[in-house]
Amino acid sequence: MSSRDLPVTVVVNGSVTGPALVLDEPLSMWGGLDAETGLIIDQRHPQCGQCVTGAIVVMDAGRGSSSASSVLAEAVRLGTAPVGFVMADVDEIVALGSLVAEEIYGTVTPIVVASTTDTSTIRTGDIVSIDSTDNTDNNAILRLL
Amino acid sequence: MTITLTDYEQSLLDGSAGTGTATAMRLVVRLGEVMGATRLRPIVGAHIDSCLYHGQSGLDFVNLLVQGESSVTVPTTLNVSSLDLIHPELYRGDPQTGIEAKALMDAYVQLGCQPTWTCAPYQLEQRPGFGEHVAWAESNAIVFANSVLGARTHRYGDFIDIAAAVTGRVPDAGLHNDANRRASLIVDVAELPTDTDAVFPVLGHFLGGVVGRHIPAIVGLPATTTEDQLKALGAGAASSGSLAMFHAVGITPEAPTLEAACGDRVVTNRITVTANDLIQARDELSTATGTELATISLGTPHYSITEIGRLVEALAGRAIHQSIHMYVSTGRDVLNEAGLRGWTKTLEAAGVQFVTDTCTYITPIIEPNVGTAMTDSAKWAYYAPGNLGVEVIFGALQECVESAVAGHLVRIPELWSDV
Repeated sequence: MSSRDLPVTVVVNGSVTGPALVLDEPLSMWGGLDAETGLIIDQRHPQCGQCVTGAIVVMDAGRGSSSASSVLAEAVRLGTAPVGFVMADVDEIVALGSLVAEEIYGTVTPIVVASTTDTSTIRTGDIVSIDSTDNTDNNAILRLL
Repeated sequence: MTITLTDYEQSLLDGSAGTGTATAMRLVVRLGEVMGATRLRPIVGAHIDSCLYHGQSGLDFVNLLVQGESSVTVPTTLNVSSLDLIHPELYRGDPQTGIEAKALMDAYVQLGCQPTWTCAPYQLEQRPGFGEHVAWAESNAIVFANSVLGARTHRYGDFIDIAAAVTGRVPDAGLHNDANRRASLIVDVAELPTDTDAVFPVLGHFLGGVVGRHIPAIVGLPATTTEDQLKALGAGAASSGSLAMFHAVGITPEAPTLEAACGDRVVTNRITVTANDLIQARDELSTATGTELATISLGTPHYSITEIGRLVEALAGRAIHQSIHMYVSTGRDVLNEAGLRGWTKTLEAAGVQFVTDTCTYITPIIEPNVGTAMTDSAKWAYYAPGNLGVEVIFGALQECVESAVAGHLVRIPELWSDV
């Protein structure tokens, strides 16, 4: 299958390639993600039991507790975090987790925003590439390989 | 997007107040870029959630500030932590984690934050006034500040809370600005009975699941709706969703009328909440079946003095059954007030264990693997199964109290008969 490009807006800059993990519902990382293992532990979440480690997580929005930034930063420290996020809306709390992890550990976890029409074409397991390092006007490319 | 900084703000970024404050300023500016701000704005206070221990990264971050000789520049309160410093024996967690959690708490006090250790800073004597800009973290506190106090905070999370407190600045964007505080969805609850307190957390749980990023204007709540009821509603909605503000028409300060709540928008989105929605939402909050209970946990968010008074009233001098552990989480200031009123002694004699400075769903306090837990909090019911691995039953305060006395689940159907 040939690759496809989707237009996205940059929230946190960076470039990364990885397998997509599409979440059917927003995930509150605090209470919903175990930073030690990278597993989704929210028993009410449709993807409960799946592992986010190394994935580019595709989710419409963040949710719930303001501790989510801490859980993401801790997951980055432990090497269990997603390597990037594709979201349908800007979520400042997820963005902060990424920014702080970069500030403390120098690890970049890019975040981009795409339309739900576009994100709905991404399937779990698709190899996705975010390239926003030389973005102009906050635009970048999300490539499905 | 570029942010225009004042000379003072630029100097903080350049390190005039030390490397810690420069780091904090860099975060505020980067968040500002994420939010699309073109400038920063001063704040008059902050409430910090970052003092709850989630791992080494929290310490690594705060140490950047402490070692960089930062301190807060606005009055700053602290959210719950992982430890109860007044009842330290309640902590059942890993001792090493406890030591690290305490080090995190100490670091925030060292930065000049007040050791309030409560998730309900709006129950403290000093709370922000109408129209004042603050940087509050803790989802339930954010909703309360915006909705009930009419203070202005965006939905801040860990790290940016202390970064804002240190710099005294937040991005001039989001819920700090009038245009973003208007209702974009009308929620009609006129059909619902509102004489049972438990309707409010359940309604909150329901709203969190349906409002998305909308700010709802709730119509149909009685003028007698209390702060405690609005607190329960907001906490429930900020758990099941990411609600940061609601209007309750005729009750909350920016919604004297529906028109005022909506501003110049014509709002056509409308949801009517039915009794059936409410029952379904209530049942969603329970994961357990059967009538056996081991634990009852009240006070999420931290109980107010009024709520403690209602518990005293509902218990009416009876003792908690010996097979039940009953916990009540509250702030140390409220516990102090309860002590002055003689309620602490009364409730402890009945078998109630008070928890301060933390909460029973975020740190190991409840004895594990002993059985189902019951709560009157939508937030506790939402998070405890994932955090603690317990099965949970949601109920009204009166049901929790009758169950505590009986030693097993007691339902009071009349409480829900109008629903």
